Amino acid sequence: MQTKFNVNGKTHAVDVEPRLTLVDCLRYTLGLTGTHVGCEHGVCGACTVIIDGKPARACLMLAVQADGANIETVESLADGDTLAPLQASFRRHHALQCGFCTPGMLMTAHALLSTEPDCDENRIREALSGNLCRCTGYIGIVEAVLEARAAYKAPKRGGTP
Amino acid sequence: MTRRDSYIGTPVERIEDLRFLRGRGQYIDDLNRNGLLHAAVVRSAVAHGRIRSLDTAAALALPGVRAVITAVDLGDNMPTIAVRSESQPSLDRVVQPVMARDKVRYVGEPVALIVAVSAAIAEDAANLVTVEIDALPAVTDRRGLDADAVLLFEECGSNQAATLSAVRGDIERAFKEAEYTRRETFQVHRHAAVPMETRGLIAEWDAARGRMTLTGAAKVPFFVRTALAKMLGLPEHAVDAVETDIGGGFGARGEFFPEDFLIPFAARRLNSPVKWIEDRREHLMATTHAREVECELEIACRRDGSILGLRGRAWTNLGAYARPNAVTPSRNLAQLLPGPYRVPHVHIDVALYVSNKTPVGTYRAPGRFETDFCRERMIDLAAADLGIDRVDMRRKNLLTSAEIPYALPTVLPYGGSGEFDSGEYVVTLERCLGEFDWKTKVALEGRLIDGRYHGLGLGCYVEGGSAGPRENARMALDAQGMVTVTVGASAVGQGLETVFAQIAADALEIPIDHIAAVHHGSTTGIHEGFGSFGSRASVMGGSAILVAAENLKTTIRAAAARRFNCTADEVEVVDGLRAVIAGQQRMTLAALSADGFDAAGTFSNSKRTYSYGAHAAHITVDAQTGQIDILEYVAVEDVGRILNPNTLHGQTVGAIVQGLGGTLLEGMVYDDEGQLQTGSLAAYLIPCAVDFPRIRSIALEQYPSPLNPLGVKGAGEGGIIPVGGVIANAVASALVSFGVQPNALPLSPARVWQMIQNARSPGVA
Repeated sequence: MQTKFNVNGKTHAVDVEPRLTLVDCLRYTLGLTGTHVGCEHGVCGACTVIIDGKPARACLMLAVQADGANIETVESLADGDTLAPLQASFRRHHALQCGFCTPGMLMTAHALLSTEPDCDENRIREALSGNLCRCTGYIGIVEAVLEARAAYKAPKRGGTP
Repeated sequence: MTRRDSYIGTPVERIEDLRFLRGRGQYIDDLNRNGLLHAAVVRSAVAHGRIRSLDTAAALALPGVRAVITAVDLGDNMPTIAVRSESQPSLDRVVQPVMARDKVRYVGEPVALIVAVSAAIAEDAANLVTVEIDALPAVTDRRGLDADAVLLFEECGSNQAATLSAVRGDIERAFKEAEYTRRETFQVHRHAAVPMETRGLIAEWDAARGRMTLTGAAKVPFFVRTALAKMLGLPEHAVDAVETDIGGGFGARGEFFPEDFLIPFAARRLNSPVKWIEDRREHLMATTHAREVECELEIACRRDGSILGLRGRAWTNLGAYARPNAVTPSRNLAQLLPGPYRVPHVHIDVALYVSNKTPVGTYRAPGRFETDFCRERMIDLAAADLGIDRVDMRRKNLLTSAEIPYALPTVLPYGGSGEFDSGEYVVTLERCLGEFDWKTKVALEGRLIDGRYHGLGLGCYVEGGSAGPRENARMALDAQGMVTVTVGASAVGQGLETVFAQIAADALEIPIDHIAAVHHGSTTGIHEGFGSFGSRASVMGGSAILVAAENLKTTIRAAAARRFNCTADEVEVVDGLRAVIAGQQRMTLAALSADGFDAAGTFSNSKRTYSYGAHAAHITVDAQTGQIDILEYVAVEDVGRILNPNTLHGQTVGAIVQGLGGTLLEGMVYDDEGQLQTGSLAAYLIPCAVDFPRIRSIALEQYPSPLNPLGVKGAGEGGIIPVGGVIANAVASALVSFGVQPNALPLSPARVWQMIQNARSPGVA
């Protein structure tokens, strides 16, 4: 089945089985393996990507359902070797250990801060509660997102988050 | 030039993070190979039964299917998976065959393997395999030890697979002389490590060279290589086990599982690379479970609260087979029963029995979590009986530095004992009480405020680390002055590359960015390695790096001495490993050797380090719902020496949250037929971001270990050890007006609510 969508600013036209999930399409058809698969039933959040501005589980969606969509994955965040402020904050606060849940965490946090840069700790925890991490106990992650808020507030000179 | 120890002890940001944060990690399912085939495992849906027939015709007929492998294909000598550590002859009779042939013994046991051109087709074909099984009654708990119980292994004559004991002193005398004794039964439920990445493998057979490469190995790749070579009938040097980035291990991942044979077998048979990625449902039924134990414990004390003895019996549910780490949890449960306390007389017998559940293995702090729960509950119960403050009871019995080294109980039939290496155990307790402000908060105990009962809990622990026998490191210095470090220890997501780079940079007195790469674990990088378990990797691998660094400098000095025509003692390595001087002579290392230098180092150790600490919690219990909330949790530990405070605290907090999950949320639930009821992450609840927000971790380094040159002790498991006991003690404290004594985990809302109902209507329930 032919479908076409935009991933990280680039248009992809793919011919896929109707049953192919979006996450498998991203990973295996397009080779964007930064998005991970942790449960395949929409609980763990490792596969979270941003679709038309909203965080979504790429394991619960078929690739053909994304036709015409704008998709952002973890690969879109950094500028080459330079970490985005959110990523740098994750590193500073030791918000990751094994790194497997990290792409999903980053995309959920990125979507949250892009729309609610003034959110408080409770709101951050609520938004992240759909992303499971088995290593950190979440404290470093929440601290990292709290600190990264500054980069998402009112446009600053020197670029976007 | 850097100052000595300028990286060790500082919160160096992790090297690994740069790839993980950008989605550039290379986990097993991120890897591809030309001509890659994909495997799916057909698993038993019946817990116990005899296989009557296996029809694979429809699966084989599906376009894209390359092979359906069943027990018949594996020949008469079905390979079995050996117990890796502290086996016994009776356990060797209940090890797991790599595929079920006549009988299935748990839901999830492999009965066939499909190999196809895509994972989707392999899964389609798996659904087309028809397995007919004549079901037998399932053994799920200790009733399986009854005389008339159904046997998993008829030839063994019993479901009891092994026994072991921990002994010290004269237990009979202790109980005869005691002024106070009490007996209680404790239960810890079955739960599991559940890393966020499931297991996965890629096997590649090089037919021309007769070589097998298994990528996706973890934790103990060298053991995996040895076992796999033996099972495939290949010489060990013809097999490589390669690590990738790993999405969490926690003791479960990396031990030898049936798939570690089946996937290489398929790759060799089909002469194509084969990938297998476990799905989450499979993971919950196929990867080892842990913790399920019942313990009948007795304590003997003087009236002043001095503990004289602990004795008891415990029953460990092994699941269907003795897997590689079947023994470790039971032996730790027995040996660490006295924990950090002075308990002169100890005797505990543990029975390990098989049942129709997923086989068990190690999960972070195996046996230690369980034994701490039993002991710390018992101390609170005894203190209350004796009218002694539970803090004072612990103060009185904690070991002092004057008594350390202090021998641990001897574990029979193995005979090993060991001893605590250093520490003043009361220090972490006092610091914890201070940080927590126990003195003030204790007034809240048992009080009902806004519909919730407040409770405080406390627990102490020791954490064994640095398992031997040795570890190896290699260092290569290139002509540009960049150093590559290779260590035999394995990384499972704990930040080993960073910690090893810190140690190497300090040992060589070079900037950390002169460490070009840190390789670890794989059999391709170094001749021998022992992996990552028992809080050993940083201690053993780090110490091996120190030895290798010294040897590297010695090698350089010897080369310079030959060139300068002087003795090696006269040579100094300077400029951050980029030049040598001797008297007036000076030469860059690049000029000294265009090929660079390399050296190896080995650190051997037969003794374990023991970190120790204390945790305190303030909780509330809603008597209407049984819901427990953690208002505050404080952990204080002494780890000998802190290598990187970020990675240390990260692991401690992460371990505490895992422990809280195991205590309050998680559980592998089975019905009477041995059907797993928790086959998804919607049913098996691991903690999420809103559950446990207030946790503090404080680490001390007052008592370095005398056993290694770094003075460091194993850490990273400690955080989980006391959690069950601490929270159960806090629940008892909150519900003191009901007289509720939570002696079984998990403390789910349903159980807590039921305990309150039972207390309100004694005799009814």
